[in-house]
Amino acid sequence: MELSKITSILKELSSADSVTGNEYNVSKILEDHFKTFCDMVRVDKFGNVIGIKKGSESGKKVMITAHYDEIGFIVTSIDEDGFIRFSNMGGIDRKILPAQEVIIYGKEKVYGVIGAKPPHLLNPEDTKKAIEIKDLFIDTGMSPEEVRQVISIGDFIAFKPAFFELQSGQVSSKSFDNKCSIVAMLVAMEELSKIKHDCDVYFVATVQEEIHLTGATIASYNIAPDLAIVLDVCGGTTPDTPKEKTASCGKGPVIAKGPILDKKFTEKLIQTAKDENIPYQILIEPSYTGTEAWAVQVSRCGIPTLLISIPLKYMHTPVETINVNDVRNCGKLAARFITSFGNTDANTDNKNEPKLEECTC
Amino acid sequence: MLVLKELTVLNGVSGNEEAVRDYIKEKISPYVDDIKVDPIGNLIAYKKGKSQDSVVMLAAHMDEVGFIVTGYNDMGMLKFESIGGVDDRILPGKPVTIGDKKIPGVIGAKAIHLQERDEIGNVWKIKNMYIDIGASSKEEAEKLAPLGEYISFYGEFEEYGSNCIKAKALDDRVGCAVLMEVLKGSYEFDLYACFTVQEEIGLRGAEVAANRVKPDIAIVIEGTTCSDVPETEKHQYSTKLGKGPAITLMDRGTYPDRKLVNYIYDLARKNDIEVQFKQTATGGNDSAKIQRSGKGVKVAVISIPCRYIHSPASIMNKNDFENCKKLLSCILNDLSNNPENLNKILKGDEVNV
Amino acid sequence: MFELLAKLTNAFGVSGDEEITKNTIAEEIKGYADDISVDALGNLIALKKGKGKKKIMVSTHMDEIGLMATFIDDKGYIRFTNIGGVSPFCSIGQRVRFKNGTVGVVYYEEKLDDIKKLNLSKMYIDIGSVNREETEKHVKIGDTACFCGDAVKQGDFAISKAMDNRTGCAVAIEALKELKDPENDIYFVFTVQEELGLRGAKTAAYGIDPDISITIDVTSTGDKPECNPMEVKLGAGPAIKIKDSSVVCHPEIRKLLEASAKKLGIPYQLEILNMGGTDAGAIHLTKGGVPSGAISIPCRYIHTPAEMVSLKDMENAVKLLVDAISY
Repeated sequence: MELSKITSILKELSSADSVTGNEYNVSKILEDHFKTFCDMVRVDKFGNVIGIKKGSESGKKVMITAHYDEIGFIVTSIDEDGFIRFSNMGGIDRKILPAQEVIIYGKEKVYGVIGAKPPHLLNPEDTKKAIEIKDLFIDTGMSPEEVRQVISIGDFIAFKPAFFELQSGQVSSKSFDNKCSIVAMLVAMEELSKIKHDCDVYFVATVQEEIHLTGATIASYNIAPDLAIVLDVCGGTTPDTPKEKTASCGKGPVIAKGPILDKKFTEKLIQTAKDENIPYQILIEPSYTGTEAWAVQVSRCGIPTLLISIPLKYMHTPVETINVNDVRNCGKLAARFITSFGNTDANTDNKNEPKLEECTC
Repeated sequence: MLVLKELTVLNGVSGNEEAVRDYIKEKISPYVDDIKVDPIGNLIAYKKGKSQDSVVMLAAHMDEVGFIVTGYNDMGMLKFESIGGVDDRILPGKPVTIGDKKIPGVIGAKAIHLQERDEIGNVWKIKNMYIDIGASSKEEAEKLAPLGEYISFYGEFEEYGSNCIKAKALDDRVGCAVLMEVLKGSYEFDLYACFTVQEEIGLRGAEVAANRVKPDIAIVIEGTTCSDVPETEKHQYSTKLGKGPAITLMDRGTYPDRKLVNYIYDLARKNDIEVQFKQTATGGNDSAKIQRSGKGVKVAVISIPCRYIHSPASIMNKNDFENCKKLLSCILNDLSNNPENLNKILKGDEVNV
Repeated sequence: MFELLAKLTNAFGVSGDEEITKNTIAEEIKGYADDISVDALGNLIALKKGKGKKKIMVSTHMDEIGLMATFIDDKGYIRFTNIGGVSPFCSIGQRVRFKNGTVGVVYYEEKLDDIKKLNLSKMYIDIGSVNREETEKHVKIGDTACFCGDAVKQGDFAISKAMDNRTGCAVAIEALKELKDPENDIYFVFTVQEELGLRGAKTAAYGIDPDISITIDVTSTGDKPECNPMEVKLGAGPAIKIKDSSVVCHPEIRKLLEASAKKLGIPYQLEILNMGGTDAGAIHLTKGGVPSGAISIPCRYIHTPAEMVSLKDMENAVKLLVDAISY
């Protein structure tokens, strides 16, 4: 896929507001993209979008997931002057909220600004602290009556999109966590349309990763794959971050190594990157990983799981920054690995051991 | 005791349990009808029951807490993160081994006479420490200890006095040793002994093992905290060394089935096996995942008290270990010989032993 | 409603030991359900068979918070740990009652230099004995105690311990009795160990494998002086849950509940709870996913021995539930 096409899909998806818990409107957009490459596409009860590409030999299943929900907010009350109080959906850094522009999805789209008590009315000590969400409000400029006509408690709120092309292939927008992995997934789909693969591939754009890992939990159960690849983002290196916990934007997708990721297949993934001349980096995940891999690995009787991430700076802010080359390389790497995953490999560690029975759970 | 010694000396940090799994597999093969390794590494041993349909699951985890290589500094020392719950305060100055080749290293930080005044009274965080393997460059370190290589505490197995053992990884090689012992028996019901992985990072193995086995009853054998030491209030002891295996009433992860717990306690008393109750409700173990797997499982937890748990020098009392083996054998034999007891427990009725 | 509520709140049912409460509920629903069973964890499952269109799980937890005796000192004082979320501050000077009826007083080590450092390990239960031997005649390690707080009715309001969640149980019981010829198979599940982490609901849902679920539980209110902000008010009707910290309710279930409420013309509120979860949190993640929602009973002073609810809210909750599951 051309870098320019990748950039344009990134722009399209990052402005398709899919706040965690309210992804339904965007599922249609993804469905249409998936239909371009997949044999079958459907959307489940919770909004997961599932596309299947059948392999040349039936049998083993690979599931590749990327969540398409983004962090945002929810309306908790409307005060007597028409200012809107809200609560977060997913993990938010409070420091980025003051003066942030948002869109409220009421009966129609309403634009607003997050405001707070002005600094010249605060004590000096208070100006040093990040403002609590309960002390913030959204100003729509509308009268209380106008507000109540279009907005209700429980309406979802997204960051207002603003897409910027920076230098050296870097782009910046809100919700690249995790829309950039969705684009990587589309790259993988396109690649797999051109090369032979034995196994059936299930592409799943999942929901509610930012809150309860709901989408991945139920998709893993329903599909019961033999191997799973999770695509997500990881911290991008900036001057103030520890090198061991971040990766550099532009130096390639990140292959995660750690206890919950399948050792044998991770080594195979690294070998694939080397063989195919795809730049890659390694990050160590000592346990949780902060991704859906946590839910997928322990689905049913256990699923060997891999994690490939795209380095992303300023995570969970409206100016998440990535390198488009990393997106393309992530998709290529996943696709090339899948083509090398044949029927014989599905039985992980057990080369010299009795074959695993079908799991009946 | 030899089996326990051999088990504790093996390195098996969460995610890297192969050596422990291979050892156990070899030793138990003569006693079991089937052995499987599941997709995430659990070792599941199966003994077909002589007559009954009920399924009993035993669980002990093979993994121990440890560390993993995350990076290097310019001098060729290793940056690392812990795997599982490790108290940072015990780390400075401890020896470790890295990888399958057990390359020796030491956990270092700034020496005392070079510390600033405000550093002297404070503890080091992991990010201030590093592992020195004597490499003279980053490249040499990378070759000997690649990114993602697992690191274990170094700790020899030693007898302390006439009654105690000091070793690393008693949590939960003691459980593994107990399970290996009872697998030698024969029982009327189907028995699955699950040697689980990744317990220390979130009870990962137990969850999938229970989904596969679908037991009616499960008993978890663990190593647990024992804080009967100075500077501790009596009511915070948790367990006492030498007072027998400890039965859990409740911990942060599980409220074990009380009828099963009472049955175990009464059976112990009837057979003159010294037991105690775990007197704090802290900690968690595989039973949490097993209890809530599938349609639900009646679970109980029996633990061997271990002082200084999650450190390279844990201490256990040999009698507690022997009594735990005796107790578990007793339970399995009683359930086997008296199937009405097993049925009562499954129905939720009291059992009179 | 109050008589049923008082009977339920009075029953002993601390998480992990719900037997008495379970028996009380089973007695109430005898003859009204087509099948009653108890699963491995102790959940009470009452099936009202319909025409088999869909399987609906109505979940309401029957356990309450409490304390567990962990240590008895030489003088007979009992040290304890919490079962579920117990505030040390709300426990000072409270009476607790063990399953066998023994009553004790909860107090704290007076030498504590700063009350802000109060925690449960600095507290004890006094049952009035002189030494360990005497205490052990009445209380063993592992025995659990509930808080004391008899049910009192004042106008529309009722105050008692364990309104969380005997109110939910009462609503479910009344709905079960009122339900006639449902289209769907309705599983009324009185769950265990919710206060310990939504534990019973998880296995019950796995066993039933429902098409949708509705949880009945209490929720907090935002109408107390200087309290945490929340739109829900006591007496303004049952609350339809939008989200809490364990679940975002499925929009289809929310729509179903709102449509029923509007059709019946009963007052209702929309609930967003920032800190707190309920059975739906465990149920919605079961197997391939279960679209789940909740009807919440507004309740002030949750997890104290003096929880306060509106009986009218409960009666309206019954009407709402019956209509919603009868579709």
